[in-house]
Amino acid sequence: MLKEYLTVKEIVGPLILLEGVEGAKYNELVEVEFPDGSVGLGNVLEVEEDLVLLQSFEATSGLDIARTKVRFTGRGLELPVSRDILGRVFDGLGRPIDNGPRIIPDKRLDINGNPINPYARDFPTDFIQTGISAIDGLNPLVRGQKLPIFSGAGLPHSRLAAQIARQAGVLGAEEEFAVIFAAMGITFEEADFFIQEFRSTAAIERAVLFINLADDPAIERIATPRMALTAAEYLAFDLDMHVLVILIDMTYYCEALREISAARKEVPGRRGYPGYLYTDLATIYERAGRIKEAKGSITQIPVLSMPDDDKTHPIPDLTGYITEGQIILSRDLHRRGIYPPIDVLPSLSRLKEKGIGPGKTREDHSPLSNQLFSAYARGKEAKELAVILGEAALSEEDRLFVQFSEAFEDRFIRQGEYEDRSIEETLTIGWELLRILPRSELKRVKEEHIKKYMKT
Amino acid sequence: MEAGVVVKVSGPLVVARDLPDPKMYDLVKVGKDRLMGEIIELRGNLASIQVYEETAGLGPGDEVISTGEPLSVELGPGLLTSIYDGVQRPLDVIRAKYGNYVTRGVEEPGLSRERRWAFTPAVKVGEEVGPGDVLGTVPETKVVTHRIMVPVGVEGKVSEVKEGEFTVEDVVAVVETPRGEVPVTMMQRWPVRRPRLYAEKLAPYEPLVTGQRIVDTFFPISKGGTACVPGPFGSGKTVLQHAIAKWANAQIVVFVGCGERGNEMTDVLLEFPELTDPYSGEPLMLRTVLIANTSNMPVAAREASVYTGITIAEYYRDMGYHVALQADSTSRWAEALREISGRLEEMPGEEGYPAYLGTRLAAFYERAGRVVCLGGDRREGSVSAIGSVSPPGGDLSEPVTQATLRVVKVFWGLEDRLAFARHFPAINWLNSYSLYLDKVQDFWRQEVEPAYAELREEAMGILQREAELQEVVRLIGIEALSDQERLIMETAKSLREDFLQQNAFDDADAFTSLRKQYRLLRLIMTYHHLASRELEKGRPIEELIDLPVQEEIARAKFIPEEELERFDRLEEKVAEQLAGQAMEVRA
Repeated sequence: MLKEYLTVKEIVGPLILLEGVEGAKYNELVEVEFPDGSVGLGNVLEVEEDLVLLQSFEATSGLDIARTKVRFTGRGLELPVSRDILGRVFDGLGRPIDNGPRIIPDKRLDINGNPINPYARDFPTDFIQTGISAIDGLNPLVRGQKLPIFSGAGLPHSRLAAQIARQAGVLGAEEEFAVIFAAMGITFEEADFFIQEFRSTAAIERAVLFINLADDPAIERIATPRMALTAAEYLAFDLDMHVLVILIDMTYYCEALREISAARKEVPGRRGYPGYLYTDLATIYERAGRIKEAKGSITQIPVLSMPDDDKTHPIPDLTGYITEGQIILSRDLHRRGIYPPIDVLPSLSRLKEKGIGPGKTREDHSPLSNQLFSAYARGKEAKELAVILGEAALSEEDRLFVQFSEAFEDRFIRQGEYEDRSIEETLTIGWELLRILPRSELKRVKEEHIKKYMKT
Repeated sequence: MEAGVVVKVSGPLVVARDLPDPKMYDLVKVGKDRLMGEIIELRGNLASIQVYEETAGLGPGDEVISTGEPLSVELGPGLLTSIYDGVQRPLDVIRAKYGNYVTRGVEEPGLSRERRWAFTPAVKVGEEVGPGDVLGTVPETKVVTHRIMVPVGVEGKVSEVKEGEFTVEDVVAVVETPRGEVPVTMMQRWPVRRPRLYAEKLAPYEPLVTGQRIVDTFFPISKGGTACVPGPFGSGKTVLQHAIAKWANAQIVVFVGCGERGNEMTDVLLEFPELTDPYSGEPLMLRTVLIANTSNMPVAAREASVYTGITIAEYYRDMGYHVALQADSTSRWAEALREISGRLEEMPGEEGYPAYLGTRLAAFYERAGRVVCLGGDRREGSVSAIGSVSPPGGDLSEPVTQATLRVVKVFWGLEDRLAFARHFPAINWLNSYSLYLDKVQDFWRQEVEPAYAELREEAMGILQREAELQEVVRLIGIEALSDQERLIMETAKSLREDFLQQNAFDDADAFTSLRKQYRLLRLIMTYHHLASRELEKGRPIEELIDLPVQEEIARAKFIPEEELERFDRLEEKVAEQLAGQAMEVRA
């Protein structure tokens, strides 16, 4: 029996204050019945005596104080799950929006989940081949990692994320895998791009989509990534699948969080974001990983747009402190027509050393990537110098490095959106590029590898 | 038992009414799941409680029971090799019993009640004992002997002492005090927020050798000292902290993963049992206690985790051990403080942090130190505290970094610019400092080499000079420098690449003894001195650089610790090649 109240006292933005309530619980799910009869969802943010503060996941326009009804459900926000969620499209609160049948749940899971016991975790070590050289060769992704894409407005992060989702696979492994896609606050066109993308490649069969668009209620976004990750945990640890979760765009999620925080008049941290933003983001990102003795895994690729391409903005900053590296997109490369415009120097994969090398990719992978890194860094530095002092000021060697860095961008980083390079191909291109440089400058690769892999 | 009732729930903060006899920082159990919490504010009949677990599902009317005791940790054999959460619940036991997720309301004692330990008495019946006196010993792990001490407040004559295998709850000795007989077990309890007692605090003297060259030679920390490691993400804070936990010459390491990544703790858990301690030859895990409260675990328990850690560290200090406590990251601890403070609706200080942030940080770091322990034998022990700081956007002017800098004596400033250039450890040698340098240099003079300190000063001078000269080069070009200045650039490059840079993942390079650090530094400086002398003789700089021996200098860091005599030969080679070239010119 649901308890129903008509005692709304205040409505402020997305917040509703209710009085005279008995037995309300913190974080309890509520149903809010609008005067026009439609029903939205919300949850309890705070209870004090008989006062209850709710956040409404629905926009509060149309609510009034006299006729709005609130029903307490006695449980938290849950996601009904079963194997049938594969291939389905849901809204940001986990309700089907693809005109398909209702999900007959195998079980209902609280979307907040529980933290994985650090002792139960297994370290991510399996290399995932994304078919993209700038990632596989230099900043490789491993199973169970959380590796965000830091992007900016107008950069092709959607295409890159879709390409990763399309091509990602583990070398020599035939295992069940799934892609979970959570859209938060992105436009219809962007979301439609992904849906068409999944449909055209039949990938939709093994995908689950949660869609909250830009014009959907902002507060709903707070639940969306948790819905997605709850589904991911079910598929990974109950059904033994390897799950790739794409969360796009985390910036809008954080803004929704800020909206609630501001409405509650909380003391703001940096740039108006709440002081608990780090903790809140961690409860999302830390839901990636592997568990000892479990067959499945969760790999996360959150995408966020850096306001004004600023890496020190609180959202990318706090994200970088939690995730295991970052892939940064460069406006400069994009302007020069290079796809994918991955800025490899500030990009980083913290788990790389554990995922590559003999038996995993190839023995020369790690030294080769170090050599490419340092040669590219040197080439770019020399290029900057040339801008100030003129080409003529460069030494013969530096000129070769400049030539290398240009070729590197053109042949290594640049690739087709549908080009799926094997790791062998990626490494081969790397070796070919090193031929531009004098042998004596190749200090980071071993002589035996040069003999074996560099075709002369 | 009488109980209070919940009146308000807001995230990790719960307010209870009519709690019987509440005291500040008493531990309470909230709701039907018996969630652990701590009283942090009292107003009339209302008590504010920070709850260490997720509070979803709590509501007004739920019961709150006070235990009447402050949050305490269990101290005794079995701490080493354990992994705990922020309130000392053993995560391995919890996984075995409750599965892969940390669920709510779990109660597990910090020390195993079943395990039996071999107790060997160190006192005889009739002996007078006081607090801190060692009653007996237990071989806790292969490398650490656990000393069972008389608890604080117990003084008198030993009336009974046992020998054999006991659990931590069994009585191993009885002390007859003026107030009656006191049974002593191998386990003590101690409130985490109260510093453990000692007889006397001492000034630091001996360095804590970490095996990291830039740390030990340039910015050393002493045993009992405090240090902080601030740096933006990706600059290698955690790698440095792990390296110190691995190679420091502390007898005990307590590592607190405070609000950081779960996989990093997994890394430590999988790696430490495999790695060998360079001092004992046994797995590193045997001297390590891990406390893991990852970023997604409840925020209030994160606040408690650094106190749990330092109390355990002090306990081993009291046995007469040198302990290294590492907290990664204190910024996350400060954020937990900020979050709770916000929920209490306290007036915020800078950037929303509570006004008492500085005091709390200072109180934490003050618990480090070299002390004379309680007990008749006046043994010495120390706790060195090393905390990482994660400044938002890498901006060191933020409150946590600033409050930390006011209390710690060593600052290792990490920089992402160095990390991008793959210069690791990415400690900036120009702005880092150590206030223990004088003390540690005394130690060098006596125990390592009298000339060490001077050599370090000179090398530091060259690095500073390089920074100035680089400005000139950037503006006008290398031609603007005199030959002596170009030599400084050359030596500085060698210092940076061949001495300061150190690969934590390379077996030969990960750890360098003080002796070898001295030899390596002397080798580079020998080159500098001899080359400088050649310049004075009027030879051009071009003849003195790109010598074959310089490649050998670059590889000298890989010379094994057992073959340090190879440095003698290298120094000779430096002299030969510098002079050899001179002869060619003359001929």
